[in-house]
Amino acid sequence: MIRNEVLKTLIPVISNHLVVCNIGAPSQELHALDDQPSNFYMLGTMGLASSIGFGLALVQDKPVIAIDGDGSVLTNLATLATIANNPRDNYILLIVDNGSYGSTGDQPTYAGAKTSLAAVARACGCENVAEVDAADTAVAVKAALAARKMSVIISKCESGNVQVPVIKTNPITIRERFMASVSA
Amino acid sequence: MAKDIDKRIIADFVAAGVDFVTSVPCKQLAGVIETLDQTPAIKHVPSNKEDEGMGLCAGAFMGGARPAIFMQNTALGVVVNTLATLIQFYQIPLPMLISYRGEVGEPVACQVEMALHTKAILNQLHIPTYHFHKADDVAGLPGILTHTQMCAKPVAILTDASFWKDAT
Repeated sequence: MIRNEVLKTLIPVISNHLVVCNIGAPSQELHALDDQPSNFYMLGTMGLASSIGFGLALVQDKPVIAIDGDGSVLTNLATLATIANNPRDNYILLIVDNGSYGSTGDQPTYAGAKTSLAAVARACGCENVAEVDAADTAVAVKAALAARKMSVIISKCESGNVQVPVIKTNPITIRERFMASVSA
Repeated sequence: MAKDIDKRIIADFVAAGVDFVTSVPCKQLAGVIETLDQTPAIKHVPSNKEDEGMGLCAGAFMGGARPAIFMQNTALGVVVNTLATLIQFYQIPLPMLISYRGEVGEPVACQVEMALHTKAILNQLHIPTYHFHKADDVAGLPGILTHTQMCAKPVAILTDASFWKDAT
């Protein structure tokens, strides 16, 4: 399974929740599959999906699912230490780990070689860390939502993208409709 | 050991409704960070790097909080992309209390190198910038914090060594 197929299986689980989605192909694919006001699409700033999602989880109680990528987490690896040391049970970090920088031409990442993001997350002090096969991702996210325990889920999938349009929505519109979903 | 100036600055942030602060430490900011941790009205979540911190602030803002970041001016070498593509692009108000290292009174030569670029970077990014050089300059802080929320921009408050030496 590639990322887009993982996202498809996730839609019934995450569609009504607050989702902060990683820059580039992940946001574009999610937007094409199931555009929701409760999705915050990152139009720039590689690496910060986990941090934006975590900041949101820190100040309010609704569940927050941050959909990140292995390359982006490697860009902001210390985020795992911040998350581990300030745990919030309404926070789920889903790392779609396809071992590549998908938005830039599928160049390999170190997470696809020797580096285990699950091991890094555990070493940072994160609890409830699970590495799952792509096909089991939706079940794992559903279980994490039901458990109401802060969770880090690494979904191991294949490299590859689908052709979808660039997001044209104005960033202020994305933010304002997302904030309305937060406070609804 | 926190001084009166540290307590006054934090009190101004609380009075402006700031309830979420992330920080990356600097020696000049040690007193305000110590005071932060004694201020229940503000949730303080230290970050490892300033761009990560700005991500936390963006999320906190969208969650209904009023965030701020405390950092050193050297961080401006880290956060240019985050300021442009996240904080400015999505119009997130963000006061940045910045220790302005490398100005007169600085003991570490290397700090001067980023001091030389500090205002140039802020100018290039069109970031409203206020420079506290004398203790009395702190009187402007409440107005700056109100201004930040009004214009929904990142705003820089540079606090140099003379300010911290002058202030009690």
